[in-house]
Amino acid sequence: MATSSINVPSAGPAEASRSFLSRLRDGDEIARLVTFIFAASVVLLTALLIYELWIASPLPRQKFGLAFFVTKLWDPVADQYGALAFVYGTVATSTVALLIAVPLGIGAAIFLAELAPQKLSDPLQFFIDLLAAVPSVIYGVLGVFIVIPLMRSVIAPVLKTTLGFLPPFQGPAYGVGVLTAGIVLAIMVIPYIISVSREVLLSVPRDQREAALALGSTRWEATWKVVVPFARTGIMGSIFLALARALGETMAVTMVIGNTPTISSSLFAPGYSIAAVIANEFTEATGDLYLQALIQLGLVLFLLTFILNGLARLLMLLTASRGGGTGRA
Amino acid sequence: MKRLSGLLVLAFALAGVAIAQSGLLINGAGATFPYPIYSKWFDEYHKSSGAQINYQSVGSGAGIKQVTEGTVDFGASDGPMNDEQLKAYRTKNGTGILHFPTVLGAAVPTYNVPGVTGSLNFTPEALAGIFLGRISKWNDPAIANANKGVNLPANDIVVIHRSDGSGTTYIWTDYLSKVSADWKEKVSKGTSVNWPVGLGGKGNEGVTGLIKQTPNSIGYVELIYAAQNKVPFGTVKNSAGTFVKADLASVSEAASGASKTMPEDFRVSITNAPGKNAYPISSFTWLLIPEKFKDAAKRDAMKNFVKWAITDGQGDAEALSYAKLPKEVVDKELKALSKVQ
Repeated sequence: MATSSINVPSAGPAEASRSFLSRLRDGDEIARLVTFIFAASVVLLTALLIYELWIASPLPRQKFGLAFFVTKLWDPVADQYGALAFVYGTVATSTVALLIAVPLGIGAAIFLAELAPQKLSDPLQFFIDLLAAVPSVIYGVLGVFIVIPLMRSVIAPVLKTTLGFLPPFQGPAYGVGVLTAGIVLAIMVIPYIISVSREVLLSVPRDQREAALALGSTRWEATWKVVVPFARTGIMGSIFLALARALGETMAVTMVIGNTPTISSSLFAPGYSIAAVIANEFTEATGDLYLQALIQLGLVLFLLTFILNGLARLLMLLTASRGGGTGRA
Repeated sequence: MKRLSGLLVLAFALAGVAIAQSGLLINGAGATFPYPIYSKWFDEYHKSSGAQINYQSVGSGAGIKQVTEGTVDFGASDGPMNDEQLKAYRTKNGTGILHFPTVLGAAVPTYNVPGVTGSLNFTPEALAGIFLGRISKWNDPAIANANKGVNLPANDIVVIHRSDGSGTTYIWTDYLSKVSADWKEKVSKGTSVNWPVGLGGKGNEGVTGLIKQTPNSIGYVELIYAAQNKVPFGTVKNSAGTFVKADLASVSEAASGASKTMPEDFRVSITNAPGKNAYPISSFTWLLIPEKFKDAAKRDAMKNFVKWAITDGQGDAEALSYAKLPKEVVDKELKALSKVQ
């Protein structure tokens, strides 16, 4: 008490202790209110964003209606716009990215949190955090100078000879394309998955591990059957974060995807993502319909993020109830 | 504390007054292509006249939009405003808007064909065919006949274009629309178009990067970019039948070739212009200036600037790789300047 009254200058000692108590009580109220406003502002901001995107794009809604979502023609000269090719490009690149990044990321996180000695784990974590902070244009440059040539000379030929009987691995490989964009995105989101998953794994209570070991499981069994299921929710959270970043990534994707609004069964074919087309065409978009079609694409990206996040959450609920059951048994 | 903030407010107020008094502030926005020379011009003009011109290089489309909405005093564009846009301007502002060409630019074909080191010649038919996807091999007769003695491989051509909306794309597609009826019908011209074939690269650097990395590719970049970065590029056959390599002289010649048929409002495309040595894929870039200014001081400063830029200011152009306006066009513009009131 004595030390806290020092922090209240300009008031007498007796009054200070009384006002301190009452202010504490008031402070609770204030803190509750202030933090509530902060929390509510997030919801408000989201609602405002959707509202703004909605009212700024009436023309394409009137002209194309739902056809906007199912046509893939994007012709600014003829004023014909459809989102399908961009939706495909966005979903396809993000899916490829997660397919690569999730196993790698979670594997690395398990190693860092459970298996690696601290001497190795801490410096590695430092580099991973550093990777997460690298601006995306740097990853784009990496994609242009390393992944694209590698794709053309090594990855694509190898995939063609091994998996060439599958449609996604057929057709000419230019170097740029959906697969290249997916790989660059995977490199970008892996640090997020590792960082968050490692934190979550480290925060699993010690007794969980010890109990498993005491029951006679090996170290790996304790990790895989007890620690990882316990941390499942947090690991899923890291994947959401990765998905969100992959869906909205603009600069690195536009540098390696080929920027062609097509839908092809081949992953080597060029594609186009929603974020990339908005960034590319917004500044030079003349004509109201054109501009509003781009804004509506922004709305589509927003919805897509919602839907994919919802699906991922649903998946988590389904697997969590199952996984939790076996974990407890 | 209170006194300190009071002082600060006073200081800012005084600074504001000082800025306002030292000279006029004119705001403009638009094309990125002429930005290097515009910023040099605005800087020099500020030193000589005291009037300050702020310019945001946000792109031609945004420039047209902002000047129409009245958020800036003037715009700038690599493609002339179309009739619809002019009408929109008139309805919104109750007055017209004028186009003033300032300098010239060009788009050049650049390529990466293994085994070919020299400059390639392109006929209009070959360029249109390649970009339509009809000519798909480098050894196609349409290309080979114009390049006798060059060993062209039988490889598939990879077309590379700009992915971002751009004045360079406008010039390129405007040219292809003029030389190919098919192109005009199927694709037409614009800052972004629905490309029949090819990959998109962002910006001149994106296109150049993709071409360097992709064997058997062809694309187009701005002449200035190609010149400054030593990107090799080919010649194009002009309407007089000569294969012309783009440079400042051949681009200026395209402008003087077209100046005889120059309309009063300067909204003219000079692609495929007549003239023996005229480079056919050239274009003006324009300042968009309202016919009526509310503020007389701003109007006078703006008129003085345009007058200076198209006469003395042209001396700066070639050092920055822009082609100068031909004299006929300058004379015509000086006359047109009196329309700004």
